[in-house]
Amino acid sequence: MNELALAAFAAATDVHASDRESRTHRFASFESQFDRAAYLDELRQKGLRFVGRSDPAFPPRLHAIHDPPPGLFLRGNAEPTLLAQLAVAVVGARACSDYGAHVARGLARELARAGIVVVSGLARGVDGWAHRGALDAEGFTVAVLGCGIDRDYPGAHAPLAQQISREGLIVSEYPPGVAPAPWRFPARNRIVAGLAAATIVIEARERSGALITADLALEEGRDVLAVPGEITSALSDGTNGLLRLGATPVTCAEDVLEVLGVEPTPRPDDEPPEGVAGLALAAIDGGARTADEVALATRLAPAEVAAALTELELAGMVTAAAGHYRR
Amino acid sequence: MLARTVTHALVGLDPRRVEVEAHLQRGAPTFAIVGLADRACHEAKHRVRSGIASAELEWPQRRITVNLAPADLRKEGPGFDLPIALAVLGASGQLPRERLEGHAAIGELALDGRLRPVPGALAAAEGARRAGIERIVCAVESGAEIALSGIRPVAVRHLVDAVRYFKGEHDPPEPEAALPATERPPPDLADVRGQERARRALEIAAAGAHNLLLIGPPGIGKTMLARRLPGILPPLDDDEAFEVTRIHSIAGLLAPGSGLLRMPPFRAPHHSVSTAAVVGGGSTPRPGEVTLAHRGVLLLDELPEFPRAVLEALRQPLEDGTVSVARVGGRALFPARFQLVATMNLCPCGARGDPAALCDCTPAQLDRYRSRLSRALLDRVDLVLVLPRPRATELAAFPGESSSLVQRRVADARGRAQSHSQLESAAADLLARAVERLPLSGRGRARVVRVSRTIAALAAAEAVGPEHVAEALSYRSPPELQLA
Repeated sequence: MNELALAAFAAATDVHASDRESRTHRFASFESQFDRAAYLDELRQKGLRFVGRSDPAFPPRLHAIHDPPPGLFLRGNAEPTLLAQLAVAVVGARACSDYGAHVARGLARELARAGIVVVSGLARGVDGWAHRGALDAEGFTVAVLGCGIDRDYPGAHAPLAQQISREGLIVSEYPPGVAPAPWRFPARNRIVAGLAAATIVIEARERSGALITADLALEEGRDVLAVPGEITSALSDGTNGLLRLGATPVTCAEDVLEVLGVEPTPRPDDEPPEGVAGLALAAIDGGARTADEVALATRLAPAEVAAALTELELAGMVTAAAGHYRR
Repeated sequence: MLARTVTHALVGLDPRRVEVEAHLQRGAPTFAIVGLADRACHEAKHRVRSGIASAELEWPQRRITVNLAPADLRKEGPGFDLPIALAVLGASGQLPRERLEGHAAIGELALDGRLRPVPGALAAAEGARRAGIERIVCAVESGAEIALSGIRPVAVRHLVDAVRYFKGEHDPPEPEAALPATERPPPDLADVRGQERARRALEIAAAGAHNLLLIGPPGIGKTMLARRLPGILPPLDDDEAFEVTRIHSIAGLLAPGSGLLRMPPFRAPHHSVSTAAVVGGGSTPRPGEVTLAHRGVLLLDELPEFPRAVLEALRQPLEDGTVSVARVGGRALFPARFQLVATMNLCPCGARGDPAALCDCTPAQLDRYRSRLSRALLDRVDLVLVLPRPRATELAAFPGESSSLVQRRVADARGRAQSHSQLESAAADLLARAVERLPLSGRGRARVVRVSRTIAALAAAEAVGPEHVAEALSYRSPPELQLA
């Protein structure tokens, strides 16, 4: 079967590219007129690639799901073999809280540091922060799009997509030009879950896209992990529900590594920093959140605190969100 | 019979010489004013007639024509009353015509002949001085203001006194030496408890004249802090004070008898303000808020609530310190070198950044809120400060330093500031690392360098050290704004 033709056909006719579709007459007539060489040439000119399902480079984990796409379009500088490496999906609410953003970024950073590929959907909120966390650690990250491979959706994440494509990959089952549509996002989620050995959910409301991803992961027998949230927040309803159903709670990156059976490697920069930065870090570990609280705890001048916190941020030891600093 | 007096009309902030000619002819008694006079100026007829009658002078029963030349210049306001009255009196021989030479006049007449001050007397006096005129007849209240320009005013209470002066019967006393303007002292920094980081940022902003954006949940004192910036700025020097006083005189904001304004002006227009009120406008251009804030501080509270057109209109003044206004009545270039202080919440509902509240703004709402601030505007803000809600323990802190202490350090730093001080190599390394690690654009990098120079000047350092760059980096615009 011509996988590229099927992907192009599905996009042109706005249908889901299932195997059943490949047996229709409509597809047969489309395929007979399909110029594979010219299509590939066009892709190449746009800096895009295609890996068909039968290609040995097609990621085996994705191949194993019950409804794999006919192939994946790729954008970015990494080799397709990146998709076969050990990967986890980090997904969650688009309208996440500062806490969710912080956890997503920190967790993704630790996982990327341990050599694990972070897969997510380039969406706002948790997805975006997960990609950023992996980039912080100069690790690898893969963004799965729910629209044509040539688009950056949402547009606000275009610079992020640019950064991801430098060392990692952006993938989609949809050829260039396909507009985002509501039904394509759940379809995208099966690829997110399919590429990953385990899926971590950080903040999800009841009946949210992140829960769809978790369900798809469960159907394929993959591990599902969830980060506990405040029981009073609607953003925790989905994740706490998953925990009740038996998902593994995540409180640190080691919890994830244990599920994956990866030996945690001691971090080289675990050494506490010296001087004022060390004092500031100790204050943050002691519960200080804002610059003023750090100043109060350390008796440092505001100027020194500001400089120390920047140093810690640059070293990747703390993150800042809305004026709050966290480890 | 013809008599002539001189006064000055303002085009923008610019005084233009206007000759007021009164011509008396035989014929049925009429009174006409020609020469592109506006409504207030036309109504001078009635005030002048009543004023002359009340002064127990004679209203000439002639055909009276008053011409305001040049005829193509729009004349506005009641300031022409006095020169018209003097010209009419000169033309009818009730005061020596030749003495009108060498005098300018400005002022509004009351129906009983008393003189009232008009806005812009200082600018008019400046025009007179440039034209080589020695004295200006004006209302007593304008005397001190006019004296600032270096011209000796003839400050009188009543039209009668002006006539007696021209007849040589009366020599009005010199006005009291202008008192330093009685300005209400700005609120003091000592009122602010805690907020050490914000105080520090305010000091840096003052020392480097940097534009400042304060972001945080409502009710944490953003506006309170912003209002305390003028109090830590150094006082205006002579030239600046003259410039500012002149602008405020034209806008009619100068208290009668007040001298030079020494305090940097502070303007805080509400977000319902119109574009014309901000940049200046009217059928003949008048200075707007940005010009009134010239050499001082413009506070825009709740920045994203301002109409987009207003924010876009701020770009020119923020870039080159002037604003040009083109209207039917003429084109004017106003000075507008102000320091911008703005405040905003992190999201429309205001809960973001507040650990005690849950924000339920949708991503689309957030985007809309933040996208109201254009990149072009944010690029001109050097210091961005995200203020978290302080905990109760901090509020119990001792009051901080007073404004006068901070002001002294700011003045010292301004004296030392050098726009070319070198970055130490460690500082340059740190900056390079930051550009790589953080999302920091070329413009963002330039802003960090500017701020770190100011910080070095505050620290009295020869060169910019890594600690200065590190601190400056902490005031860069946060990812929360860049995502928008």
